[in-house]
Amino acid sequence: MADKKISLNKADRFSVMWHSQFLQGSWNYERMQNGGWAYSLIPALRKLYPDKADLSAALQRHLVFFNTHPYLASPIIGVTLALEEDRANGSKIDDTAIQGVKVGMMGPLAGVGDPVFWYTVRPIVGALGASMAINGNILGPILFFVIWNLIRIAFLWYTQEFGYRAGSAITKDMSGGLLQKVTRGASMMGMFVLGALIQRWVSIKFVPIVSKVQIQKGGYIDWNALPSGAAGVKDALTQYNLGNGLALDKFKVTTLQNNLDSLIPGLAGLLLTFLCMWLLKKKVSPIWIIIGIFVVGVVFHLWNIL
Amino acid sequence: MNAIQVILIVVVAFLAGMEGILDQWQFHQPLVACTLIGLVTGNLGLGVMLGGQLQMIALGWANIGAAVAPDAALAAIASAIILVKGGQGTAGIGTATGVAIPLAVAGLFLTMIVRTISTAIVHIMDAEAKKSNWRMINIWQWIAVALQGLRIAIPAAALLAIPSDTVKNALGSMPTWLSAGMTIGGGMVVAVGYAMVINMMASREVWPFFAIGFAFAAIQNLTLIALGAIGLSLALMYLALESKGGNNGNSGNNSATGDPLGDVIDDY
Repeated sequence: MADKKISLNKADRFSVMWHSQFLQGSWNYERMQNGGWAYSLIPALRKLYPDKADLSAALQRHLVFFNTHPYLASPIIGVTLALEEDRANGSKIDDTAIQGVKVGMMGPLAGVGDPVFWYTVRPIVGALGASMAINGNILGPILFFVIWNLIRIAFLWYTQEFGYRAGSAITKDMSGGLLQKVTRGASMMGMFVLGALIQRWVSIKFVPIVSKVQIQKGGYIDWNALPSGAAGVKDALTQYNLGNGLALDKFKVTTLQNNLDSLIPGLAGLLLTFLCMWLLKKKVSPIWIIIGIFVVGVVFHLWNIL
Repeated sequence: MNAIQVILIVVVAFLAGMEGILDQWQFHQPLVACTLIGLVTGNLGLGVMLGGQLQMIALGWANIGAAVAPDAALAAIASAIILVKGGQGTAGIGTATGVAIPLAVAGLFLTMIVRTISTAIVHIMDAEAKKSNWRMINIWQWIAVALQGLRIAIPAAALLAIPSDTVKNALGSMPTWLSAGMTIGGGMVVAVGYAMVINMMASREVWPFFAIGFAFAAIQNLTLIALGAIGLSLALMYLALESKGGNNGNSGNNSATGDPLGDVIDDY
């Protein structure tokens, strides 16, 4: 019997993993990722079902509705491969068992993939790259691209292998606490980083001047009294002492922004974010909010507020 | 711009369009897309800077849930082409950012059209499956992906067809108050993406993490990597302490976890 057994070797499984990158390619409103799902399994199904009728049945059973996070589909694919392999070797695994595993896993796994990949890893790696790129550093995009794809490919391959080895037993682990823990841990770290990103990168600068106080004589640099040429520049720098010495101007100007920053730096950005959250909860489309912010930016600039 | 550059731009646009739906290699993320456009047009530094700026805005845009995220692919490709053709250098980045937003909306409608066409494609796949014709299923899958690529490649080619002088004049006739205002708006609009992500993730137990992150970020010496390490450690410590904390943790545990997980699952 042993020589009759059809099994999927590593190359087959790798080919499936490679195909699964096209999972969303034919994403459609009717059955979502079904075309991509069937496409991903084709390298395996071809080998498992040499008989035309069997292959046709297998293709049809995998063209039903499917939708999950594109990366978290990998463990489901792994389990499905294990099930299909058993079935091709004569085990009594009916269509409903295979559908049951797919449907049972896709919901909970999508719930893990979104917070982990879209809300935590991508914002973090993206912000890391973007903060370098804004200053024109080519390392920014390179780091983003390399780190992201290393994480992604490793994840696709190892979770698919894990699913394949564990087979349907994986469903037991899933109901356990591990997945919930990963999701919650990602949410915590994600929220921490979001707090940091809002502080650093939501830039609002209020220009209105709150107060303009004349500094008494001797508190500012008397530019007329400086020697001319390089000696004067040196003198001025010494007196200024990196901002710790004398003031540059006769007047001490405090803008609205200085006042806000002394409360807590980044407060305005935080309030703007809360406003956006509130508007989104009120079902205002994000696109209208974005357009609104641009309009506000232009109008407030004209009024000399920003 | 010579013929090779035009072809390369269209190829980059095609890749970005494919990735806009596949979401794997991230060629559609502004950081990568704008850099590549910059690279093939010989404006690498400019592309990198625009990519960084747009990436900050698009951080929270993801293909999920009930809230429809704007399309990063068309926004990145088209605004990079406009920036390069405008010839204003770094001064044009603010305007290019502003122009990117309506493009992101336009991209959204284009992808809806292609996703509708794909409905017909999977019906063809059904028919091929009945004939156990796996080769044709592969081909139709490639066609569907290629359509998503064309979704960005065609608008990019159309933009390239517009003479550079027209683009320059259009940008040049823009008053400074408008471009300065758009730059200011670009700095603020980042908040929308963050708000979208927070709305998806926030639950009572994670808000303290947000507050700590916000407070720590004011310390300019901490780089993003350092902040990430702090955040990760805090999350690990919290989970480790919780599992050691005995039975008391259980009740809080259940009510809090149901929230973000349940919300996301409901969207599917």
